Amino acid sequence: MEELNNLFHGFAVALSFQNVLFMLVGILLGVLIGVLPGLGGANGVAILLPLTFSMSPTSAIIMLSCIYWGALFGGAITSVLFNIPGEPWSVATTFDGYPMAQKGRAAQALTAAFTSSFVGALIAVIMVTFLAPLVAKFALKFGPPEFFAVQLLTFCSFIGMSKEPPVKTLLAMMLGFALAAVGLDSVTGTLRMTFGFESLLQGFDFLVAVIGLFGIGEILLTMEEGLAFKGKGGKITLRDVLDTWKELPKYWATSIRACLIGCWMGITPGGATPASFMSYGVAKRFAKDPESFGKGNIEGVIAPETAAHAAGTSALLPMLTLGIPGSPTAAVLLGGLLIWGLQPGPLLFTEQKDFVWGLIASMYLGNIVGLIVVLSTVPWWAAILRIPFPIIAPVIVVICAVGAYTVHGKMLDVVMMLVFGLVGYAFKKLKYPLAPLVLALVLGDMAESSFRQSMLISNGSLGVFWNNPLVGSIATLGLLLLVWPLISKVMSAMKRK
Amino acid sequence: MESKEKTIQIRWMELVIAGFFVLLGAIVIKDSFRTGFRWGTDGPEPGYFPFYIGLILITGAMWVATQTLMTWRKDGGEATFSTVEEFKLVLKMLLPTIVYVAVLLFMGLYIASILFIAFFMIWQGKYSYFKSFAVGFSVCAILFALFELWFLVPLPKGPIEALFGY
Repeated sequence: MEELNNLFHGFAVALSFQNVLFMLVGILLGVLIGVLPGLGGANGVAILLPLTFSMSPTSAIIMLSCIYWGALFGGAITSVLFNIPGEPWSVATTFDGYPMAQKGRAAQALTAAFTSSFVGALIAVIMVTFLAPLVAKFALKFGPPEFFAVQLLTFCSFIGMSKEPPVKTLLAMMLGFALAAVGLDSVTGTLRMTFGFESLLQGFDFLVAVIGLFGIGEILLTMEEGLAFKGKGGKITLRDVLDTWKELPKYWATSIRACLIGCWMGITPGGATPASFMSYGVAKRFAKDPESFGKGNIEGVIAPETAAHAAGTSALLPMLTLGIPGSPTAAVLLGGLLIWGLQPGPLLFTEQKDFVWGLIASMYLGNIVGLIVVLSTVPWWAAILRIPFPIIAPVIVVICAVGAYTVHGKMLDVVMMLVFGLVGYAFKKLKYPLAPLVLALVLGDMAESSFRQSMLISNGSLGVFWNNPLVGSIATLGLLLLVWPLISKVMSAMKRK
Repeated sequence: MESKEKTIQIRWMELVIAGFFVLLGAIVIKDSFRTGFRWGTDGPEPGYFPFYIGLILITGAMWVATQTLMTWRKDGGEATFSTVEEFKLVLKMLLPTIVYVAVLLFMGLYIASILFIAFFMIWQGKYSYFKSFAVGFSVCAILFALFELWFLVPLPKGPIEALFGY
């Protein structure tokens, strides 16, 4: 029951007037980011990160994580009303959400989306509350080999589980590693790939990369589609909400399945986007009337939204306990932790109790606040989407530039943002996934140094990764996932014969 | 497919990006030779990882290129990266953005942003000069209040702000 005590302590931290205010600001900014094209969870948090440099870490993480929840909520608004997924994880929500809106059931679709987001997040937070301290306790015994094995597992599961062609996932990831290697080598102090440029000494910052890849890249894509926002009006009355809530418990089975998929995909680095698609697919397979999916079935809204939020929330579990983010946004939050001088990992739970439990408590509160805020302010957000593109596009570019500059106060970063934007645009069009690139850029240095530390321990023998059952099984699982695309190909070829 | 419409074919873009990866891999490998890419007495040297990263980059890119070339005939240029029309739209966003970043380097963020927002609104949105500059000014005023005054994060300023003492 120590967890409950800690949690109540966390509520006390999170419920200070200042933190509640930051929570509210965070949710509003988050929904705004989720609604606007080109600004999303990951780059939105990255842009706003510099604002928190002067805040206390606890307030900062509360505000930033609330931006994240807000962005998760906001994605649903554009999907249902405008058939434009504001976020990649809300693509699956458009399949049934928009048809519902066309039939005049926008209010029901939105209420269902928000409520199931809330349910997904809540289940995931409960899981985080009780599982995270256990994982952290367990991970306290981890040495460099164990950490490297977990990192290996992270990267391999990207290749094994990705929707995109495995070779493209691999290439994107290697690009991230190569960029991460630029600058001072953390083990020996040798300069790598700086080619005499002083500005490359510190290497590439992944925050700048995130802003460029997701922000500028997205704006270019949106421009190409020749923007025309033609949306349905969104107005939710209390009656709609209550009616929909009465209907929702019928779909408990769908919700539970979606939660499980979401939690699983969030902890293993799948992320919210694949979780939402997978959950949609599963809901369709289990449904009594699969044909009605895609024509405005409310289950087609519940399933992806629940899973996306569950995944987005549980992605914070490996980030907090192991220092390994489960999604690009979690990676950005991890970057924040480092900037505020906190070392993510198991020690966080013993040394920074206020921080950890304040954050976990704010996950509960933030989602409740978020649900109320989005339910009551939908028409307002829909109005923002009607601002013509020629106004909104340059403003978003300006915001991205501000974000890129403020990370380090370096002009060169603004130029880098532009370059990453072009890369993001080309990658999206050619189906190179962006998430592995970002994660490799974040974890590259860490993975390399834990590998080399392991080598120092073992005098250069790879056997250290199979030294005890724990590290051995993680490493083996990782390698299995790496070759999984090959295995599944061979298996399906054998079946055909 | 509208056969008359000019398009940028995806197969060419695949090759371009694959070429980019090969080039990058080559740069990485070249540098790893300098820093040492062997397995030293206490584990890998600084260039050890970059060496293999470069190797995988080149191999992977070759793989993608080979796949593209093998399906070259079958594809027949059907799959499009974007039509020329679409690409023009992208350039309409991209070129002003490049100019914006260039101006930003010399004039600071505020002036560049006002000019950029106003220009884009007048050019793409056919708004009046007054409205366009008003939006530009307001956005910058909000940024100024939020960053410089509230959160105390300085944004880059140029010669014109210097006249006002910032």
